[in-house]
Amino acid sequence: MEWANQLCENRQFGSKMTDSKYFTTTKKGEIFELKAELNSDKKEKKKEAVKKVIASMTVGKDVSALFPDVVNCMQTDNLELKKLVYLYLMNYAKSQPDMAIMAVNTFVKDCEDANPLIRALAVRTMGCIRVDKITEYLCEPLRKCLKDEDPYVRKTAAVCVAKLHDINAQLVEDQGFLDTLKDLISDSNPMVVANAVAALSEIAESHPNSNLLDLNPQSINKLLTALNECTEWGQIFILDCLANYTPRDDRESQSICERVTPRLSHANSAVVLSAVKVLMKFMEMLPKDLDYYSTLLKKLAPPLVTLLSAEPELQYVALRNINLIVQKRPEILKHEMKVFFVKYNDPIYVKLEKLDIMIRLASQANIAQVLAELKEYATEVDVDFVRKAVRAIGRCAIKVEQSAERCVSTLLDLIQTKVNYVVQEAIVVIKDIFRKYPNKYESVIATLCENLDSLDEPEARAAMIWIVGEYAERIDNADELLESFLEGFHDESTQVQLQLLTAIVKLFLKKPTETQELVQQVLSLATQDSDNPDLRDRGYIYWRLLSTDPVAAKEVVLAEKPLISEETDLIEPTLLEELICHIGTLASVYHKPPSAFVEGSRGVMHKRLPARTGSGESTESPDVGTAAGGSAPEAAPSIIPSQGDLLGDLLNLDMAPPTTSGPPPPTTGMQMGGMDLLGGGLDSLLGGDIGGSPAMGAGFGAAPAVMPASLNAPVGGGLGDLFDLGGVGMPMGAYIPPKIVWLPAMKAKGLEISGTFARRAGVIQMELILTNKAMSVMTDFAIQFNRNSFGLAPAGPLQVLTPLGPNQTIEVSLPLSTVGPVMKMDPLNNLQVAVKNNIDVFYFSCQYPISMLFVEDGKMERQVFLATWKDIPNDNESQFQIKDCHLNSDAASSKLQGSNIFTIAKRTVEGQDMLYMSIKLSNGIWVLAELRVQAGNSNYTMTTIRRSGSSQKMLTFFTCAACTLTSLCCCMDLMLSQYNT
Amino acid sequence: PQLTAEPSQQGEGHMLHVLISRNYMGNMDMNEVDHFMPIMMRMEEDADSSPLVTHGSAHFLWIKHRNLYLVAMTKKNANAALVYSFLYKMVEVFKEYFKELEEESIRDNFVTVYELMDEVMDFGFPQTTDSKILQEYITQQGHKLDVGAPRPPATVTNAVSWRSEGIKYRKNEVFMDVIESVNLLVSATGSVLRSEIVGSIKLKVVLSGMPELRLGLNDKVLFEITGREKSKTVELEDVKFHQCVRLSRFENDRTISFIPPDGESELMSYRLNTTVKPLIWIESVIEKFSHSRVEIKVKARSQFKSRSTANNVAIMVPVPSDADSPKFKTSTGSCKYLPEKSVVQWNIKSFPGGKEYMMRAHFGLPSVESTELEGRRPITVNFEIPYFTVSGIQVRYLKIIEKSGYEALPWVRYITQSGDYQLRTN
Repeated sequence: MEWANQLCENRQFGSKMTDSKYFTTTKKGEIFELKAELNSDKKEKKKEAVKKVIASMTVGKDVSALFPDVVNCMQTDNLELKKLVYLYLMNYAKSQPDMAIMAVNTFVKDCEDANPLIRALAVRTMGCIRVDKITEYLCEPLRKCLKDEDPYVRKTAAVCVAKLHDINAQLVEDQGFLDTLKDLISDSNPMVVANAVAALSEIAESHPNSNLLDLNPQSINKLLTALNECTEWGQIFILDCLANYTPRDDRESQSICERVTPRLSHANSAVVLSAVKVLMKFMEMLPKDLDYYSTLLKKLAPPLVTLLSAEPELQYVALRNINLIVQKRPEILKHEMKVFFVKYNDPIYVKLEKLDIMIRLASQANIAQVLAELKEYATEVDVDFVRKAVRAIGRCAIKVEQSAERCVSTLLDLIQTKVNYVVQEAIVVIKDIFRKYPNKYESVIATLCENLDSLDEPEARAAMIWIVGEYAERIDNADELLESFLEGFHDESTQVQLQLLTAIVKLFLKKPTETQELVQQVLSLATQDSDNPDLRDRGYIYWRLLSTDPVAAKEVVLAEKPLISEETDLIEPTLLEELICHIGTLASVYHKPPSAFVEGSRGVMHKRLPARTGSGESTESPDVGTAAGGSAPEAAPSIIPSQGDLLGDLLNLDMAPPTTSGPPPPTTGMQMGGMDLLGGGLDSLLGGDIGGSPAMGAGFGAAPAVMPASLNAPVGGGLGDLFDLGGVGMPMGAYIPPKIVWLPAMKAKGLEISGTFARRAGVIQMELILTNKAMSVMTDFAIQFNRNSFGLAPAGPLQVLTPLGPNQTIEVSLPLSTVGPVMKMDPLNNLQVAVKNNIDVFYFSCQYPISMLFVEDGKMERQVFLATWKDIPNDNESQFQIKDCHLNSDAASSKLQGSNIFTIAKRTVEGQDMLYMSIKLSNGIWVLAELRVQAGNSNYTMTTIRRSGSSQKMLTFFTCAACTLTSLCCCMDLMLSQYNT
Repeated sequence: PQLTAEPSQQGEGHMLHVLISRNYMGNMDMNEVDHFMPIMMRMEEDADSSPLVTHGSAHFLWIKHRNLYLVAMTKKNANAALVYSFLYKMVEVFKEYFKELEEESIRDNFVTVYELMDEVMDFGFPQTTDSKILQEYITQQGHKLDVGAPRPPATVTNAVSWRSEGIKYRKNEVFMDVIESVNLLVSATGSVLRSEIVGSIKLKVVLSGMPELRLGLNDKVLFEITGREKSKTVELEDVKFHQCVRLSRFENDRTISFIPPDGESELMSYRLNTTVKPLIWIESVIEKFSHSRVEIKVKARSQFKSRSTANNVAIMVPVPSDADSPKFKTSTGSCKYLPEKSVVQWNIKSFPGGKEYMMRAHFGLPSVESTELEGRRPITVNFEIPYFTVSGIQVRYLKIIEKSGYEALPWVRYITQSGDYQLRTN
């Protein structure tokens, strides 16, 4: 009352009296002042002070120092003040756990207050104080509150059980709170029931196997009764809980559906979506010939349509879910195409989703309308939307055969607009249309060719090149067109390069006489001048193919391609089923299972739709998939197979749209033969005029026709173990050089970088220490490597997530891959690095120990070793002395094994131990070595022999093999001496 | 769901800051919200938008009210539909409490805001969000516990959670507004792509005690059940009810029975897809002569019976954003050029049924064409037609029964208005 009075007085004086005054800027010594005020005798002053404290807390100031003073105000007869102190406690108790105990007494007392509002407030707040010591004291008051006479207290206590469980699950179980909570499902008050259901569901989520929710027909009946009486939110909790139940048979399923259907008329969109979830799930069990089944289908459409009148964010959730629903049961919305037409003022995220659904619903019956709309959208201004609209036209053509011609002419109209991104998008989809309807619409090629110059996006360029190659025989100047692309070959993206290579080979096979020069040009560009292994591989394969058997080449390259499927972007059926069980949730919006984005949910069972059962039959095997019920076969669409295998590559499908997963064309043999192609001479067809290139000559000349590495390299264990020698100790860890400073701070505006390399569990790591010696904070770190001899490249971004303050140091480990671009460096193991931060970009170079590149499966089988040792010509051999090494041979062998240098055999001749060792480099090069250790002599002799690997990647390295050996031995030298000391 | 309601604010210089927040479940770091703001600013720059953004394992679900963002954060697979409708409910509650929801009203009332946030959600579960009921025990006055401290109204947990007992009026009345909005989408070639009626029945209840109400409409399904098929009926495609309406009763026998909330509320809404003749039909010719001028001709025709009249008709015709020197000529009403919206607004105060009016507009265009591409915006129309429902829906009766047996009068008004009424242009 005092407070109210003061309010009036102030108003009388005309001053504006609001809480905002508490936010006035702070002076020095504020905390001190507040402390004094909090301890004031005057109640009013106290309350004012607490308000100021809360205001400071709100703007993010740390007022935790006032903890004891604020807690002292807790015992008050002023409700508003009490609430504020409670709020303060929730925020700071965790940082002051010992002092939080001070509050316990008041809490316990408040839980027995005569006013239910206070009792509930106390139990609600106590649950929010996540301090272990407090939870013990919470148990007794909570037990009382769960049985309170007032439903307001009971409903609050029900939620408190879930809170407590989150802090201390064991305690909740020991105290029997879970049983009390289960009893509350039968409470007479609907809100208590709803909160109990919510709390139990929450707890059950973290204990998937606890059978907590133990749903049975009796408890389901209780829930369905409460459903009619509780608030909109309670209805959602109950519906979401119902969705986890699996009815015993179709009759129970139908009766639940009948009682849930009225919820479709609820004004709250979330209630509607949760009801849709239950219905979509339980429908699965209903026989399709049942009248009720079709009634239900009809009832689902109108509420789904009405959701599109909700607020835009809810529309978005609804549309993402409708996308799932039309995939699962297209019949529900098949007549509702028009409601998905885009309105001018729809937010862009709504527009894009509507477009997606329009394509899914497109059919012969409505295609004319759809096309007219899509054409309209394609002339809008939002680029993303326009592109998607153009793509949608292409998808319509593929989906509805009767409309293909209209779609093509619509696309041609759009190309005439000359709007750059429209043209490019149109060309990409026309390529797909050609794939679907070969030899039908080629008349448009001339129009397409007119736009060749305006294409600047890789996907469009690649599509155009594909078209030219595919129809080379009908395009008079195909060679000129393709040649024009060839000029800037190295500036093109990989996608375009691959496409160009294939297109020119196609052209050559179709018009061999005029295009020999062109094909030679592209083959040499692809194989000699490119660092891209995919491009080189494909180049060599074509080269070899053309040279050995042009007829076979024709059969492979010009083989008939599998048709592309009608439906694209369909969600894989088991995932779709899981997502249907999550309607309304984030999972249904992301179209990802919860396990993909919720931490700690990986062990949680994936939800599934129930199996269909016959009438009255019990579900003895709930795991029988829906396939048995008959719904899956018709719903199971052909899913796009993953591509990128060698065969796909050869057939030039890598950029093509989805193919049906039909049987592969009859050219499978190619895959095995692929390796062989690299063997002998390939000049027979093209004549000797290409032999001049040194890399080529070396590559094919030097490579003996050996078996592919994968056939003879043992993968550790198994047979290989038999050759392990006694006396070899456990392998030690790999050699890691000490960290050295790579980039001094004075050269990098205060950033100092030191580091080393390590190989851990088969992964090469660059281990860095970043030190900020400048005065300002450094952020936004990123790293890049220059091309290097072994294709080392960062396998991920540099993980410096927090800003690096002055004088701070951070250790980062950067995993490296060996699939980056390759360039020979001098010295061979030199690595040039660029590090960027918010200040500048800095460059340095460092050298990695070659042993980082020794891979774990470098142990050669003994017999292979022996055979290879003999076969390799002496020219490939080199010898080194390793000085001052005091290890015996066994110890040396064991240490070397730690760095993936494997001892294959050991011989002792005249007191001299000879170790035979194998090493495999990350690029497939094998190195064999013999290490002679003379007892009593600290000098070792090492003979190493290089043996070819069979990967094409190593071609680059034949020219620099000698360097490899030198640095290898330097490195081993270093290693051994390191171990010595 | 694990939620954190987090109204944050967009202030000057496009910097966002957190205004007030509440952590409902302890296992989320409140600093996570710091990632939200840069994401929003980046999206704004890219003219991109998504109501759901992710950073690491945190998901942000947000809505915008004026210049305030209301953000919910979660790390779980939360019910997204629930989160968004809850956020909108929060806006409603704050508006009921503070008239306007804006930075100032939050600051001025931060104590009440904290109290409300404590009451409307517990551990991520929305609780009581009915502002009328909340106002019974969360007030802006200070309370002493021993005397006037409020107790939780029984209503909060009752099955009838929207109406308190003991309400008294001297004169008992119910006012009903039947409002139909027409949504229309017409293609540039003049064919109707979509036409939809969204109806709403709003109540203003001035009744004592706990009255039982029953509403009778000329609902086609109901008439079929009861065998009165000859009367004029309306086929309601989808009906949504206020939570006071007994849904299972409606599902069973189409009876709309309820105990109404006190004061104003929306009792129900419905949707019809029946194609009706567009009430106001627009034909337009917009000719753009590059570098010189734009000429606009618009013909508006009312296609309803002449005994009705459309009021406050406003026809918005898009013009290029760089147009200048407007000139207008109309057969009735007046024209206004609104450069900030790049439209000509043609106002006709009163537009009787069966009439046709013309408007011509002329604009100059600069000789240097702007490089910015402009979308083809549609013509939009606003209007309202009183005493008329386009669907033909009728309130046949509203029965009011209260145990004290008082007599109460229902008043019904009908009005049809424009909803999303768009006609695409060439």
